[in-house]
Amino acid sequence: MTTMPPDMPNAVEMRNIVLRFPGVLANDHVDFTLKRGEIHALLGENGAGKSTLMNILAGLYKPNSGSITINGEQVNLNSPRDAIARGIGMVHQHFMLVPTHTVTENILLGLRQPRFFMNLPRYDRHVQALQEQFGLKVDPTAKIWQLSVGEQQRVEILKTLYRGAQIVILDEPTAVLAPHEIEDLMHTMRSMVAQGKSIVFISHKLNEVTAVADRLSVLRKGRVTADGISLAGVTKEMLAELMVGRKVIFQVEKKVQPPGELVLKVEKVSALNNKGLPALKEISLHVRQGEILGIAGIAGNGQSELAEVITGLRPCQGRILIQDEDVANQSPKRSISQGAAHIPEDRTGVGSAPHMDITGNLMMKNFDQQPISHGWRIDFASARNQATRLKGTYDIQAPSIHTAAAKLSGGNLQKVILAREISGGPRLIIAMQPTRGLDVGAIESIQKLLLEQRSNQAAILLISEELDELLELSDRVAVIYEGRIVGEVDPQGADINSIGLMMTGAQGAKT
Amino acid sequence: MKLPFRVEIEQRTRDIPKWMPFVTSLSAVILAFIISGIILAVIGGNPFQVYAYFFTAAFGSWGALSDVIVKATPLLLIGLGCGLAFKMKLWNIGAEGQFYIGAFCASLVVLVPLVPLETTPKFLVLLLMGLLGMIGGAIYGLIPGILKAKFNVSEIITTLMLNYIAVNWNNYWIFGKFSDAGFQMTPTFDKVAWLPRLSDLAKQYRVFSGITLHLGVVFGLVAAIIIWLIVRYSRWGYEINLIGDNPRAARYAGINITRNIVLVFMVSGALAGLAGMSEVTGVVHRLQERISTNYGFSGVIVAWLAKLNPFATILVSFLFGALIVAGREIQPSGLSFFIQGTILFLVISSDVLLRYRIRILRQTRETA
Amino acid sequence: MNLEVILRAGLSTGTILIFAAIGEILTERAGIQNLGVEGMMLLGAMAAFKTSLATGSPWLGLLAGIAAGGILSLAHGLVTIHFQADQVVSGLSLSFLGTGLALVLGEGLTGQNAPLIPTADFPLLSRIPYIGPIFFTNFNILVYVGYLFIPLAWFFIYRTRPGMHLRAVGEKPSAADTLGVNVYAVRYFYTFIGGCLAGLAGATISIAVSPGWYSNLTTSGQGWIAVALVIFAQWNPLRAALGGYLFGMLRRFMLDLQGPMVLLGMRNPFFYDHNLVFFLQMTPFILTIVALVWGSRAAMRKRLGAPAALGVPYVRGERGL
Repeated sequence: MTTMPPDMPNAVEMRNIVLRFPGVLANDHVDFTLKRGEIHALLGENGAGKSTLMNILAGLYKPNSGSITINGEQVNLNSPRDAIARGIGMVHQHFMLVPTHTVTENILLGLRQPRFFMNLPRYDRHVQALQEQFGLKVDPTAKIWQLSVGEQQRVEILKTLYRGAQIVILDEPTAVLAPHEIEDLMHTMRSMVAQGKSIVFISHKLNEVTAVADRLSVLRKGRVTADGISLAGVTKEMLAELMVGRKVIFQVEKKVQPPGELVLKVEKVSALNNKGLPALKEISLHVRQGEILGIAGIAGNGQSELAEVITGLRPCQGRILIQDEDVANQSPKRSISQGAAHIPEDRTGVGSAPHMDITGNLMMKNFDQQPISHGWRIDFASARNQATRLKGTYDIQAPSIHTAAAKLSGGNLQKVILAREISGGPRLIIAMQPTRGLDVGAIESIQKLLLEQRSNQAAILLISEELDELLELSDRVAVIYEGRIVGEVDPQGADINSIGLMMTGAQGAKT
Repeated sequence: MKLPFRVEIEQRTRDIPKWMPFVTSLSAVILAFIISGIILAVIGGNPFQVYAYFFTAAFGSWGALSDVIVKATPLLLIGLGCGLAFKMKLWNIGAEGQFYIGAFCASLVVLVPLVPLETTPKFLVLLLMGLLGMIGGAIYGLIPGILKAKFNVSEIITTLMLNYIAVNWNNYWIFGKFSDAGFQMTPTFDKVAWLPRLSDLAKQYRVFSGITLHLGVVFGLVAAIIIWLIVRYSRWGYEINLIGDNPRAARYAGINITRNIVLVFMVSGALAGLAGMSEVTGVVHRLQERISTNYGFSGVIVAWLAKLNPFATILVSFLFGALIVAGREIQPSGLSFFIQGTILFLVISSDVLLRYRIRILRQTRETA
Repeated sequence: MNLEVILRAGLSTGTILIFAAIGEILTERAGIQNLGVEGMMLLGAMAAFKTSLATGSPWLGLLAGIAAGGILSLAHGLVTIHFQADQVVSGLSLSFLGTGLALVLGEGLTGQNAPLIPTADFPLLSRIPYIGPIFFTNFNILVYVGYLFIPLAWFFIYRTRPGMHLRAVGEKPSAADTLGVNVYAVRYFYTFIGGCLAGLAGATISIAVSPGWYSNLTTSGQGWIAVALVIFAQWNPLRAALGGYLFGMLRRFMLDLQGPMVLLGMRNPFFYDHNLVFFLQMTPFILTIVALVWGSRAAMRKRLGAPAALGVPYVRGERGL
């Protein structure tokens, strides 16, 4: 951390920021200060308003009221161009990269140079020079879809540096990285600060924040609960309480129970991804009754394809046995009939029908069975009964069972999906990123529900990018890398670093 | 100059009142007429005179009313079929072609002939024609359906191309083999192949003389009820709704999307084919070059205006039937087409009001 | 049947398809699907013809045709970009609207003769042996414009900065937006250009290559064929050009098929049974379907596709990601 003379103006001062979206107050009179040359962490759970606040700083949203001062000068940021002109650069949580263009083209996007004729080789060299300055290696001529997630993030950072950003905002940058890649990122951040930049680091992960931040602020439900406090004497528990508003217990209740019979057996399964490249390479695994097998890995190593081949949404070679019946290459109905339930990673895109009401969404699995349907007809009274019952049991917060799915919050939508999938007492649950993007309360509920199913002797395949969650909930943790299981660990006493190495393929070991 | 108020446009969060879509659609229709009136005035016509004439031409007498229903019948059938397809986001713009093929197949019964016309009872002949009309339309709808389901080929273009192909196909036969002494039409059908109409009862009830309202309208009404039952109450209807809302979710729920695409296209085609049969047996009583006054395209507009609701389709097809009847009399002939296009355009534009609210707020100190 | 005649006819009538198709390529590359091309084409044809007739200047007519297509496309832009209405229905409705309007305003134009865009020889190039007389002599000027337009369009899309921005907006508008590219403006602009080019295509019919006004037979479905051509061309102007010229040649070929009494040493069925002309008339439409299927399968195989954001309205910052 560099020390700055005390009378130097702050890099950023945001005062009394108010931003309303239809139906929600995203930022409620928020104050935020970023000092020159510091790394300032912005904490809060999902939906707290931290990304929104930074999007305002990046010129994407205009606040309803409040003021923004950059380096002592009050500014009006009407568009991303204004923000970029003021030296503000943002690396978004979901990368804003054009997959079919090269690294250099993405970096040049939106700039006035080159004037008209693209002379890519010259700019490739510029990008190369910039990389060397900050130690961010990536091939300028590669197309984005060919790059790994970590490399794509480097492109995003290069984009901001190329534009001479002095204020860099990183929105949840570590969500997609393996543990040692996170180390590299921290190193990059420190080198950026050493070269005079100021960084805002948005996260909901307490460990990382304490490792690298100079000061931190906490947002909860749009309001500031801690404004630029120093890290001295701050504990994880204090931060959690500031984020959530109540004491958070970090333990989950998990009974020790011996696993039962084999429910799922994946035997040497290979499959291609949407681009026609191999995503699964003779992968094998098994899950027993009453057991949670966690699959750790960086996104894009075959997790989605794994869930899809098991549930019949993707063709494959090899065998997939659910309760001794091979369901590979058959319709989803087959795996459903063998007792499989699938909680997809994409709640809105795959897991629900946005314009249909809760009742319609809850009957997606059993609409063609008794008692919901008799022959060609659907018994709506029976469907409504089911919906009312499930709404109560799973505590789904919504005006009524006739509310459209699109109007539900993320947590409630996930509860709808879970209610639908779990209420039938499935033998096998494939849960993909079940708590992604949810607030702490919803995360707790979902984890509880999964553990309940485990007590009911269901076999659960839990695929998640949150290593902590995997270690807490799973009985066994396997690491997937490039379509294969490269190692398995016992969550009790697991070594995070070695897991991290396995996640990036550096070490393959079975413990 | 700072205004004392400002206009804010924001997304609606609460459900809209049930009457709103109806009102916006109605406003769109009225606005379309106003705009068309302006165009008419620009080219030298008198819109008021024309619109007054519209009214008498369409509603002035029982005869006119019957004409309107006759014109509405194919629109109703096609509107229902297209509405079903649109529910699954399948753009069946090929109703015109399916109509012609349906008419052709139905006519084969008489033209070949497929059954001895002197001895077969009327209802059997008509039943056969109806079935062939539906089968023909269904097969013609199958083609774009399979291409879409298997190869994801744009059904908009394939159905449009098939329209042109169908017209040419028909022309080949009516100019050639089935032609009536070299004229561009087949000979008039034998009476056994005429759909019963109200004027058949003129001998018993004088009031019905000259009223050409035929049985086809019953086909339409029955179809509307069936489609409504399917969409609201049946398992298949649930599948269709789900696929239309989110096909990926439907796949994940185990629904066979390919099969449904093909099926829905076939039903849509069958209804258009039935409309074709109803037109040749109920109205023109022969196969000729122009049996459709763009029913296929108007039917698309009808479906959209009715917001894919079967009962609203009945209402809207009646309105458009009136437009066509009245439009027959007025010049220029493209006006009715223009009005229809404008109505559709304005309806979809007005849909934005259903999703966003316009608020006029006083400028307060905080926001100034 | 003369190959040279067929080739020249193809170059001539293909120009029409190419203007419209390249216009739609630009629009779709920005992410907007404009199915109103047929209506804009017909409107452009009518406007060009009527203006040329009224003013005596085919150049003014050309301008009018372009403007007509452009203005109609602005309506499409407004509704799809600002109101985020369904792009398919908007395009279709504008096609009806444009067609209807063209028929209404075009009353009485059938059978008239308007001043046409002149034909000429291309300076210098027409003197190259063999190639010159075939490709560069005695064509309507707009055909030569077409020649130049194709490589220019290609170069623009793939080798210039605005072209890169165009592609970015169609592939991933959010990436462009966060870097300061005005996605809405880009989409409006290219929708407008697409409409202008559709109008130009219409003008090319009525006051250049196939002169005259024949109500809706003037375009007889070419607008739709142009839209299909875009998919077949996989959004590449060079392929679109190839397809357009081939189609043009095909139409001429079909016409010629009916002429001779003997075809390939056998009785020419098209001469003896004139009704077979209807099957010939079907051919462009059947071929369009075949081309479309072929294009879709090739795309599936090579995993090439439409611009990723095609048909999807762009809304900044969907919250609750």
